[in-house]
Amino acid sequence: MSSRTNPGNLAFLILLWAVLLTVPLWIAPVGGYIDLASRVLLIGLAAMATNLLVGHSGVMAFGHAAYFGLGAYATGLVIKHLVPSTPVGLIAGIVVGTAGGALIGYLLSRLRGIYFALATIAFGQVFYFIAFRWNAVTGGDNGLTFQRLAIDLGFANINLTSNVVYYYFVLAVFAVCAVLMAILLRSPFGHTLLAMRENERRTKFLGIPVNRHLWIAYTLSCFFVATAGALYGMLNNFVSPHELHWTQSGDFVLMAVIGGMRSFWGPLLGAAIFVIAQDSLSSITDDWMFYIGVIFVLVVLFLPRGIAGLMQRKIS
Amino acid sequence: MTQLVLLNIFNGLVIGAFYALMALGLSLIINLTNVINFAHGGFLALGAYLAYTLQPYLGFWGALIISPFLTALIGIVVERVLIRPLYVRDPLYGLLLTFGLAYVIQDSVRMIWGAQGLPFKVPGGLQSSLSSTLFFLTGYRVFMVALVAIAVVALFVILKKTRLGMRIRAGTLDLEMVSALGVDVRILRNLNFGLGIFFAGLAGVLAAGMLGLTPTIGDQLIMPSFVAVIVGGLGSLVGTLFGGLLIGVAAGVVTVFFPSASEATIYVMMALVLLFRPYGLFGEEGGTKL
Repeated sequence: MSSRTNPGNLAFLILLWAVLLTVPLWIAPVGGYIDLASRVLLIGLAAMATNLLVGHSGVMAFGHAAYFGLGAYATGLVIKHLVPSTPVGLIAGIVVGTAGGALIGYLLSRLRGIYFALATIAFGQVFYFIAFRWNAVTGGDNGLTFQRLAIDLGFANINLTSNVVYYYFVLAVFAVCAVLMAILLRSPFGHTLLAMRENERRTKFLGIPVNRHLWIAYTLSCFFVATAGALYGMLNNFVSPHELHWTQSGDFVLMAVIGGMRSFWGPLLGAAIFVIAQDSLSSITDDWMFYIGVIFVLVVLFLPRGIAGLMQRKIS
Repeated sequence: MTQLVLLNIFNGLVIGAFYALMALGLSLIINLTNVINFAHGGFLALGAYLAYTLQPYLGFWGALIISPFLTALIGIVVERVLIRPLYVRDPLYGLLLTFGLAYVIQDSVRMIWGAQGLPFKVPGGLQSSLSSTLFFLTGYRVFMVALVAIAVVALFVILKKTRLGMRIRAGTLDLEMVSALGVDVRILRNLNFGLGIFFAGLAGVLAAGMLGLTPTIGDQLIMPSFVAVIVGGLGSLVGTLFGGLLIGVAAGVVTVFFPSASEATIYVMMALVLLFRPYGLFGEEGGTKL
């Protein structure tokens, strides 16, 4: 993250938001569709949240699909069975996903390195099995179908069932989350996370309770992932155990790597590339998983610092 | 009831033997290279399908012996070409690479052998039940547990008695020192990777005989194997072996009372272990690699 006054940075931000705000105008002519743009934003938000840990704190979080799916399932179940209201469902999804993250984050916060990575992977699968097995509630392998609803504010009616209106709703939430993440990273807490990434032992000797910091960072990261997941469930009006699967967790990390782990917006770029590639590959060929796998291997071998890293090298 | 409990303990032991076999391979690779091999399940499937292809020519026994070696050979090539360049980098990259590799292998298996399940024939002598009162003791299951036991004993003999094994054990403790003493660490890691993949291939052939062949055959076995490594503790192969058997038997026992909670049991056990012994049952504090 460079300083606020950097003119190049400002130009980039203006361009980014101009592109995002005008999506409904240009997406159809270039062969996309509005839900694809919503999906890019939400998966991108999840990838940025994952990158809070992977890129900014330097710990390998490979189980974030769990909180993504947890948010989606909680939202879906609340809207379907308890309160037919979009805001209530959204809040329920965020609360449940964050609580799950806090619980598991506590167990994880004492582990480091490879052991931490292994434990995140394994814990990521708990909710997958629960969703898969608990047929009566989650619908098991068939998934859970529900319907997002319009928000009635009394004086105005936000018709979220329309794709375009929902896109702007997603964009608004995305913007809030991005600002929160930026504030977090600029705060003393955020700088402490960077310090832990660079030299944990030294940070510890400065009197900082590193385990507690990691726990809080994990929980905050899960908060954003759960938000993305809750909105993602409503985007599709459907949740399946696939959203919780470990392959989804790995995809988040790869997106962060493609875009650039050391950059704030990199994961969003990575998500755009990944989601669009997946969407077009799966419509062309049945073997799309093979090609996604090849993309993984090529990115790791030849583009480890991501596109942002590539551009930085060009500039310097 | 007693028989039902016995049946499920035995089933748990069979499953646990699988987990242990997978997890030992994973553990070997992690110890020496810091790579969490996500593609382990893919290699398992490869071992199973290679055995299927070899069986008409070599028979069951030939396939059982040759297929794990072929799988290990593929593993050695993969390590040399794809994984070796990553040792100098953050462990994150090794993880991501094997993650992509898992996709590639699984889809390749599907492209080559088809998405449909295939049967894998086991010799008739192994299929019959050994005893009428303990009906669940089919020959194949007993055979499997015995074979896993032999493989595990062989592994520990290799590790204790051979030069390669000694170097692997030394490398687990301090790879830099091993290198300084004149051992070519690149070859050591390469062979060690092959040894780990050999176990995946062997587990694949055995799983094929029990579960039949599908491209996703490794998927259901890989996560519990990760749990086995965590429960046992990093850096301890005895711990891994114990962890695999423990979670297998625990899942088996829980199946008697709550069939749908058998998977959840594994993760609850892992949570408890991490809560009270953050470094695993056999892991030592500070012994885990940072």
